[in-house]
Amino acid sequence: MRTAFIQTLNELADRDPRVCLVVGDLGFSVIEEFAQKHPDQFVNAGVSEQNMIGLAAGMALTGKIVFTYSIGNFATLRCLEQIRNDVCYHRANVKVVAVGGGLAYGNLGVTHHASEDVAIMRALPNMVVVAPGDPVEARLATRAVVALDGPAYLRLGKAGEPLVHENEPPFELGRAITLRDGTDLTLIASGGMLATADKVARTLAAQNLSVRLVSMHTVKPIDREVVARAAVETAHVFTLEEHSIEGGLGGAVAEVMAELDPGHAPLKRIGLRPEFNKTVGDQNYLKSLHGLDEESVLKTIQQIIARSYGRVG
Amino acid sequence: MNSRATEDELRSVARKLRSHSLRMISQAKTSHIGSCLSVADILAVMYGRILRVDPRRPDWPDRDRLIMSKGHAAAITYAAVAEAGFMPAERLEGYARNGSQLYGHVTHVGVPGIEFSSGSLGHGLPVGTGMALAGKRAGAKWRVFVVMSDGELDEGSNWEAILFAGHHQLDNLTIVIDYNKIQSLDAVDKTLRLEPLADKFRAFGWSPREVDGHDVAALSTALEAVPLEKGRPSAIIAHTIKGKGVSWMEGKVLWHYRAPTPDELVTALAEVAAS
Repeated sequence: MRTAFIQTLNELADRDPRVCLVVGDLGFSVIEEFAQKHPDQFVNAGVSEQNMIGLAAGMALTGKIVFTYSIGNFATLRCLEQIRNDVCYHRANVKVVAVGGGLAYGNLGVTHHASEDVAIMRALPNMVVVAPGDPVEARLATRAVVALDGPAYLRLGKAGEPLVHENEPPFELGRAITLRDGTDLTLIASGGMLATADKVARTLAAQNLSVRLVSMHTVKPIDREVVARAAVETAHVFTLEEHSIEGGLGGAVAEVMAELDPGHAPLKRIGLRPEFNKTVGDQNYLKSLHGLDEESVLKTIQQIIARSYGRVG
Repeated sequence: MNSRATEDELRSVARKLRSHSLRMISQAKTSHIGSCLSVADILAVMYGRILRVDPRRPDWPDRDRLIMSKGHAAAITYAAVAEAGFMPAERLEGYARNGSQLYGHVTHVGVPGIEFSSGSLGHGLPVGTGMALAGKRAGAKWRVFVVMSDGELDEGSNWEAILFAGHHQLDNLTIVIDYNKIQSLDAVDKTLRLEPLADKFRAFGWSPREVDGHDVAALSTALEAVPLEKGRPSAIIAHTIKGKGVSWMEGKVLWHYRAPTPDELVTALAEVAAS
């Protein structure tokens, strides 16, 4: 996703001199080409995230389209008030980009686990929150946030995530992509969990379940219609995200479903337990501790479906 | 662009700004009159002689940008843009009133002439630095001025920007520090000492100059000379008195908080008129 993002940004910067990139002294082996090709559109703010966002807001208020780039929580939490006041309140045309969303920097430590960022960014007025599901969506999302006149948060994984989309699907901020239709259950995924959701959907389909698979790449504004339809047209709704189950995709879907008329499907949020990790591990290891590996997700879903059939029987 | 005001006119504008702020804060019963009074002469000089702005075109792309980073001095900032012609002075009566748009901290929404909203300290300079960087790279003629408080220099974000602006030689950026020596709870010297302040700026690659922040001639001379050195951002360290112009408010922390009563307002306005 990181690669798809920077390649796309390079292309956009070739065509549009307003497109700028401000980094917080991070992006080794990622940003060099951009910096070399577009020296007047590139700034390294140094290790100073508050200033990075302030600079970006100031540049944007003179007419630039400014991307800020850092990793994990440095991109968002370290400079949260600058994002709120300088960017969101002034509707400055700043796109905050974080790489390493979720547990991508697993064994580097809890400081590097971005597990609440979506919840926090989602709470800010004027902010659009995008967590693309694969490199194809990352490319499309980068183009879309450039076209958007206003603040956005782009949450990326690292490099080397599997492709889920074979071709470029129609992509619009705030409009979820339905990859597979079905009626027994809906899997709504954001970010890198889309690949896991895709595999789980295939397995469940092979077991004769009718599975709907939705990529909710834009967590804010959430596609309320797609959520409401899933809640009414399918028997179960599951959300999958590499983020705390509090306040992220699961929280957003829960907010929509809580206000629907009674009688809709139940919701299960699958994501990170809202706690600090105590054990060292790489991304896959830690994800499995949270039940986010393919096998655990499958088991969680199967148990819930089996229980519901048991109640009906 | 403004025609060049005389020193008498600048002093007269400063008196008007002080009177407006006293009335606004007294009527709205809000805080920060001391912070308004200390920055009055600075704002009078900025709008009277320095800023190339056009009140008829607040969004003129080639305007100088003034960011009021000490957002708690909101009353006098609104008064300054009103006296500069960006909005009718009658609007000042809405200050901090229900249903108005003049919040108790500097707010850009619905207020022409206000470049940037502030109120949380340490935000204005990084944003001004970003504007200055963009302007410099575009070869633009317009300049950026950021008016800051002394207590605000406790904020680390400012020093991030000070380091950055010095490194990038942003000589189209000027800050004016309203150095009134008192911050929220106590004297600056007893809270977090800033001295030697000019040395700090010089060490960070800036060009500092210390002036009497109530001497409109000295302020003008310094601000008309920016950039003080080519390739360096300028720091005008304006020595001021908190509460300046009302003898019984001067140098007192109390007037960071209290609003003058109607009786106090009368004597305060009389002192300002006689000054």
